[in-house]
Amino acid sequence: MIAATAQRKVVLAPPSKAGDAFFKFLTWGMAMMVFVLVALLGWELFQGSKISLQQFGWRFLIHDWDPGNGNFGALPFIFGTFVSSLLGLMIALPLSLGTAIYLTELAPRWLRRPALSLIEMLAAIPSVILGLWGIYVLVPWLRDHPYPLLQKALAWLPVFRGHIYGQSFLSAAVIIAIMIVPIITSMAREVFRAVPDSQREAAFALGATRWEVTWLAVLKGSRRGMFGAAMLGLGRALGETMAVTMVIGNSTDISASLFAPGSTLASAIANQFSEAVDDTYRSALFELGLVLLLVTIVTNILAHLLVGAVSAPQDAFNA
Amino acid sequence: MKPFQNHWRKATSAVISAICFLCALMVILPLALILFHLIRLGASSVDWNFLTHLPKPVGETGGGMANAIVGSFVLVTLAVLIGVPVGLLGGIYLSEFGSPRLNWAVRLAADILNGTPSIVWGIVVYALVVVPMKGASAYAGGLALGLIMIPLVVRTTEGMLALVPNSYREAALALGIPKWKSVVHIVLKTAGKGIVTGVLLACARVAGETAPLLFTASGNQFWSHNLSEPIASLPRQIYTYAIAPYDDWKRQAWAGALVLILITVAFSAGVRVLTRGSNTAGAR
Repeated sequence: MIAATAQRKVVLAPPSKAGDAFFKFLTWGMAMMVFVLVALLGWELFQGSKISLQQFGWRFLIHDWDPGNGNFGALPFIFGTFVSSLLGLMIALPLSLGTAIYLTELAPRWLRRPALSLIEMLAAIPSVILGLWGIYVLVPWLRDHPYPLLQKALAWLPVFRGHIYGQSFLSAAVIIAIMIVPIITSMAREVFRAVPDSQREAAFALGATRWEVTWLAVLKGSRRGMFGAAMLGLGRALGETMAVTMVIGNSTDISASLFAPGSTLASAIANQFSEAVDDTYRSALFELGLVLLLVTIVTNILAHLLVGAVSAPQDAFNA
Repeated sequence: MKPFQNHWRKATSAVISAICFLCALMVILPLALILFHLIRLGASSVDWNFLTHLPKPVGETGGGMANAIVGSFVLVTLAVLIGVPVGLLGGIYLSEFGSPRLNWAVRLAADILNGTPSIVWGIVVYALVVVPMKGASAYAGGLALGLIMIPLVVRTTEGMLALVPNSYREAALALGIPKWKSVVHIVLKTAGKGIVTGVLLACARVAGETAPLLFTASGNQFWSHNLSEPIASLPRQIYTYAIAPYDDWKRQAWAGALVLILITVAFSAGVRVLTRGSNTAGAR
């Protein structure tokens, strides 16, 4: 019986290679789309801003924005973008690190997952809703309560002088902070979780308190990852558009006071693009987009290099 | 060690733990407040009228956002048609065929795209589609959202396929099945739940996007009967109403925001249902 089956020869045609070759080529083409899209972004923005590039050259980066006289420069927006983003990062970073430490080191196990879900929910709130809440709830409250106190306490600092406007750099920074806290928290959490438990156990065994364990075993070795998480948050902050447009006041002046209204690169595009009728104006707005793209690319590459090793691919969604 | 020092160390530890706990509370607080205000200010205005009527002209009270709600679904559908095939196949390449070096570069490029501000996509698609077509359209808006989806779907597909055990692939190849069939019928099927989860999350994300639609889909106070016409969308309508000086529009902006949040929550609820009882797939 056994011998009989063994003797019967079954000849199957080898699987066709054509299907495989086609499939590989197809998927390769789609993977290459990612590069095509990066190139497309750069190329379209460059094309769009040609008039402005030719007319203003490098001066564009250090010049004021004066559409009335046909003079365009990105300085107020670059200033506004960096002030609001860095300030937002300064508010968000300690909160996020504290939260990440709480979630990985301190919180009881049953609480960790629900708390994380809440933070992911915060990340999922659309920017325009945050802006709506910002205009009608957050900004009026900030203007009436914390800002006067802040001014009274820190009046010796020039950045806290002047008339208090609700829609201001500081309000934008607070909104930005709310938006980037979930990103930084979940990245920092990944970084802390990547620390092997044996390190914590070793520190505990030496008699360290909970905080000493966190400091010695977790935080000290995670500097690079924490910096990367901060960069990722900064990258998101720089390009944040809708919520910022709604609370920053959209003034094109550069003011030393954080209580004054301003603009960012993204908010200027959102706010002025439909009004820009002549070619130079529109071209200048495209150049703002180009500047914004370059700044975010640099930040994101830095973040990618710093956290690349610890980040799981799914983290694209924590954004 | 002296007892005093030990007390000091324990106290430091307790204080810092308390600070971390407060940080976590402060982070959750805005979420609670936003949801509270959305429900308090929006719930009373979300009624049948709001969901089924067109916006009224300025000055008249009432009306609804029916066209914007439908418009958002149309735009997200277009985005899925563009973003999912490209992203899925690209992710398959990374996981099944790619080399480490190429994958590194693709991942970097995908991260760059993910980090690109969505307003930039808005003006790029404006230059690419709206200018040649001489007008805003649902196509342009859908394309903008679809392009935003591509890197999200690439990354999630790659991640989910990586979780499929290699023995599955080897078993398929040992049976003499062509590689593409093993990928489509076995690897993709195994990772199916996870990929659908990722796609739903990407939908939820683009459904809330406003900035890329400002100049591409533009807006529309009426129904659009043709995809080459401007189309209304929920986020865009919320934005227009939120910054307008009319009280009735503000009221409707809150109502629209509540509907948008509920749609987003529905997507995540879909995710929860899909990932229930499985630990390989799902948003971690």
